[in-house]
Amino acid sequence: MKLRPAAATEAPGSMLTHLQRLEAESIQILREVVAECEKPVMLYSIGKDSAVMLHLAMKAFYPAPPPFPLLHVDTTWKFRAMYEFRDAMAKKLGMDLLIHINQEGVDQGIGPFTHGSQVHTDVMKTQGLKQALDKYGFDAAFGGARRDEEKSRAKERIFSFRSAQHRWDPKNQRPELWSLYNTRKHKGESIRVFPISNWTELDVWQYIHLESIPIVPLYFSAKRPVVERDGSLIMVDDDRMPLKPGEVPQMKMVRFRTLGCYPLTGAVESEADTLPAIIQEMLLTKTSERQGRVIDHDSAASMEKKKQEGYF
Amino acid sequence: MAHQSDLIGSDIEAYLKVHQHKSLLRFITCGSVDDGKSTLIGRLLYESKMIFEDQMIALEADSKKDGTRGAEIDFALLVDGLAAEREQGITIDVAYRFFSTERRKFIVADTPGHEQYTRNMVTGASTADLAVVLIDARKGLLTQTRRHSYLVSLLGIRRVVLAINKIDLVGYSQEVFNTILADYKAFAAQIGFDEITAIPMSAAYGDNIIEHGPNMPWYKGPVLMEHLESVDVTDLGANSPFRYVVQWVNRPNLDFRGFAGQIVSGTVRPGDKIRVLPSGRTSQVARIVTADGDLPVAVAGQSVTLTLTDEVDVSRGDVIAAVDDPPVVADQFQATIVWMHDDALLQGRSYLMKIGARTVTATVMPIKHKVNVNTLEQLAAERLELNDIGVCELALDQPITFEPYAKNRDLGGFILIDRLTNNTVGAGLLEFELRRSQNIHWQALDINKTARGILKGQKPVILWLTGLSGAGKSTIANVVERKLAALGRHTYLLDGDNVRHGLNKDLGFTEQDRVENIRRVAEVSKLMIDAGMIVLVSFISPFRAERRAARALVEEGEFIEVFIDTTLAEAEKRDVKGLYKKARSGELKNFTGIDSAYEAPESAEIRIDTALTAPDAAADRIISYLRDGGYLGRL
Repeated sequence: MKLRPAAATEAPGSMLTHLQRLEAESIQILREVVAECEKPVMLYSIGKDSAVMLHLAMKAFYPAPPPFPLLHVDTTWKFRAMYEFRDAMAKKLGMDLLIHINQEGVDQGIGPFTHGSQVHTDVMKTQGLKQALDKYGFDAAFGGARRDEEKSRAKERIFSFRSAQHRWDPKNQRPELWSLYNTRKHKGESIRVFPISNWTELDVWQYIHLESIPIVPLYFSAKRPVVERDGSLIMVDDDRMPLKPGEVPQMKMVRFRTLGCYPLTGAVESEADTLPAIIQEMLLTKTSERQGRVIDHDSAASMEKKKQEGYF
Repeated sequence: MAHQSDLIGSDIEAYLKVHQHKSLLRFITCGSVDDGKSTLIGRLLYESKMIFEDQMIALEADSKKDGTRGAEIDFALLVDGLAAEREQGITIDVAYRFFSTERRKFIVADTPGHEQYTRNMVTGASTADLAVVLIDARKGLLTQTRRHSYLVSLLGIRRVVLAINKIDLVGYSQEVFNTILADYKAFAAQIGFDEITAIPMSAAYGDNIIEHGPNMPWYKGPVLMEHLESVDVTDLGANSPFRYVVQWVNRPNLDFRGFAGQIVSGTVRPGDKIRVLPSGRTSQVARIVTADGDLPVAVAGQSVTLTLTDEVDVSRGDVIAAVDDPPVVADQFQATIVWMHDDALLQGRSYLMKIGARTVTATVMPIKHKVNVNTLEQLAAERLELNDIGVCELALDQPITFEPYAKNRDLGGFILIDRLTNNTVGAGLLEFELRRSQNIHWQALDINKTARGILKGQKPVILWLTGLSGAGKSTIANVVERKLAALGRHTYLLDGDNVRHGLNKDLGFTEQDRVENIRRVAEVSKLMIDAGMIVLVSFISPFRAERRAARALVEEGEFIEVFIDTTLAEAEKRDVKGLYKKARSGELKNFTGIDSAYEAPESAEIRIDTALTAPDAAADRIISYLRDGGYLGRL
C-alpha cells in the first residue's frame, strides 16, 4: 500500500477532506459488522467498486487480514481478464476466496445469448447469490453498491435487512441514525451492508488514483475485438458468442466503464489508457455509467423489483 | 457530466489535486408536502451538471408520463425513487443525493414532509451539518415548518437556510419575503439557531439557486449554491477534549494488541496520557497505527488503531479519553426520546440501547412530559406513540461513558431496539446524568447468592408461572411449594392477587400498569433469589416483552418459565372468581383474553396442558425438572 500522509498530519486541526471522511466512515462500518455479526462475507464482483471496498477492508483491520472470506457469485460469463484478476488478487492478499456457481442454471444451460439478460441475471446472479448465502450460512454480506448509482439505491440503508427468504422490503426499513447501526436479527435473517454507500463514481475513481488500487485492465483502453449490437459494442471474449451472419468482429480501441457478464456489458470507444485519462473522460462524458449495463433497460423501476427479489 | 472546470480538458492532474482537497458538507432539506424539496434537489443536481444525457432523456419521458408540471421538466422525478412513491406522487422515505462543485462535495438527505414521517426527518438530520428549510412563499410558516425546525434544532443543527420558495408565484415580492423572514425569526428565537440565512428563490425556474437572475434585483444576499459552498462547517469537535470509541480489539498475534476505533472529538498524538472508561484505568498512547504507516497525530473523524504503552484491559464499547478531562460515567439519565414505532413506548418497559459501540439494557422510568412539536408545549404523558417526542428518565443495567448530546453527538445520541422484534423503535439524546446514579453503587458483599444457596442446600431459581386468569397457576404453584417444603427446601410464593393488595396497590390494569406490575415483581424475585430462595411467581404476565425482561434480570439458568396452558373457553368456563363474566359484561376493562392480549410463551422451559394434567401431576413434573437441573441439591 502506498504511504500517503493524511492531510490532517500536514496541518493539524484542519478539516478532513471529503475522501478522508468517506474512508473513515467506510472503515467504521466494516468494523461494526465484524464486531457484531457472527459470519460476515464480502461479495467480490471484481469491479472497481469491489476493489475499493476490498482496499478499505485491508485498511480497517490492519495489521490483521480482514476476518472474513471473499465470495464471488460466478455467472460463468464474466470476461476472462476478470477471472485472471480475481485469482491474482486473492492470492496476493492471502484471502479466502469462495466461488459459487448456480449448478442448476448450468445444468439447464442458462446463458445470456440463449435466455436473455433477465433470465440469465435472475438465475445465475440473484438465485446463485441466495444459494451461496444459504449454503455457507453467512449472516452479513458486504456489497459495493453506491447510492448515486440509481434512484432506488438512493433510499436504501447502509445496513439493509433481508428476510430469511432474502427479500427486501422498501417500506419497512429500520431508521438509521448517526453512525449507530442496529445489527440485531432473527435466525435465518441476514444483512446486506454497503460500506461505500456515500461514495460517488468520481470519488471511487479519485480514490483508486490516489491510493494506487489495482483494477482489472479492461477499464483501460486497448484494441479489442467487438461487434455492434443494438447500439452497444459487445466484446467477443470467447467462442461461446454466436456471430450473426455477416457479423465480423472489429478491432477497436475500447474500454469498459462497468464490468459484468461480457455479453451484457457494452464497451465505449476511447483512447483513455491511464487513470487520469479515464477520470477526464468520465467527467466530460454525457452518459451515466449504468447505461452500459443491459439489465437496467428492461423496465422502469427494474432495479427496485430485482432488489425486492434479492438481487444486490 | 460536464464539470465546469477548464482544468478537466487542459490539465486533468491539476484538476484532481483541486478535487482531492475538497471538503464535505452534509445537509438536509425539509419543509411541508409540495413546498418543492424534491424539485430543489433535482435543480441542484441539474445545475451542478450531475445529470447525464441519458438520464435527461429518461427525465423528459418521465415528466410527460408522471410529471406534475405538464409539458415542462419535473425535476422532482429525478429524486423520487421508489415505485410506490411515484404512484402516489410524493416522497415517503429518506433519500441521499450527491453532487459536487469545485469547492465541496455535498450529501443531501431528502426528507419527507408528511406529518407521520417525523422519524425519517430525524434520521436525515442526525448526520447533517446544516438544514435547508423550505417555505412556500404563498403559504408562509406552517405547522410543519415549526415542527421540522424544532426537530432540526433538537438534533443539534445550528445553521439553517430558510429557502423561501415559489417566490415567482407571489410576483417576486420583497414584502412577502420580509414578512415570512420576520415570522420565522420570531419563532426560531424559541429554539435557538446560530445562523439563519434567508434566500428567496424559485426552484422550478432557477432564480437565486446558482445565479441571481433578473427577477429579484432587491435581493443582495448570497444565492443558494454560493452559500452552501462557503458556509463554515469547521468541526468544533477538533478543539474539544480527546474521545475515542473502541470498536474492535485487533490481536493478529501475541505481539500486537491494538484498539480499532474512531476519534469522535479532539486530537491524539503518541505519548498522550489517556484514561480508559468506564474502568478509569490510565495509560499512554504508544502508536497511531494505520495501513499507510503510523501517524504523528490524528483528529476527530478519523478511523485509526491505537496501541497503548501498558497492558490495560480495553474492550469493545470502551471510550479512550484525555486523562485529565474525561467524560462522565453513569447509569441513570434524563434523555429526550423520539419514538419511531407503531407500538408505543411504555413506562417500565426495557429496551436495548446502543450508544457508541456499546449495547446495554435501558428501562424507561417516569416519562416527565412529551412535547407538542407544533407549539413546543409540554404535556403530561404515560406513553409515547409513533412520532411523539418526550423527555424521560432512563435506568441502565450497567454504566456507560457519555457526554450530553449538545456537546457530542457520538457520545450523546443513542437508539433503542425492541428485544423481541429487533426493530429500531426509538432514538434518543442524553441530556444529563441523574445525581443518584453517581451515588448509589452496588455494595460488594462477602456472602453472596451462591453461599446463601449452599446453606439452604439448593440453587436459587425463579419459577415463573404464566397463563390466563383461571388457568390454575396459583393452584399448581401452591402444590409445588407444599412439596418443596416437604423436601426441606426454602421457597417463597409471589402471587399476583396478593402482591396487588400491597406492593402494587397503586397499579391498575392498563397496559402501562401491567408492565410496571411485572417490573416490580421481577425485581422483588431477583432480590429473593439473591437471598438464596426458590421463588415461585404466579402471575398472568401476558406480555412476552416483560417476561423476557424479567428473565434478563437474572443469570442464565435462574429463570424457568412455566406455561400453564388452558384454552380461553376452558378458563372462562371455570371462572372461579367470576371475573370473565364481569369482563364480558364490560364491567371489568383490560381483562386478559377478553379485551387485552395474552401472548403465549414461544419457548417456555415447561408447558403444562391443564386439559391433560391434573395439578398434582403438574407439580411433580415441575419438581422433577428442578431435580434434574440440580436445583434441589442432594435429596
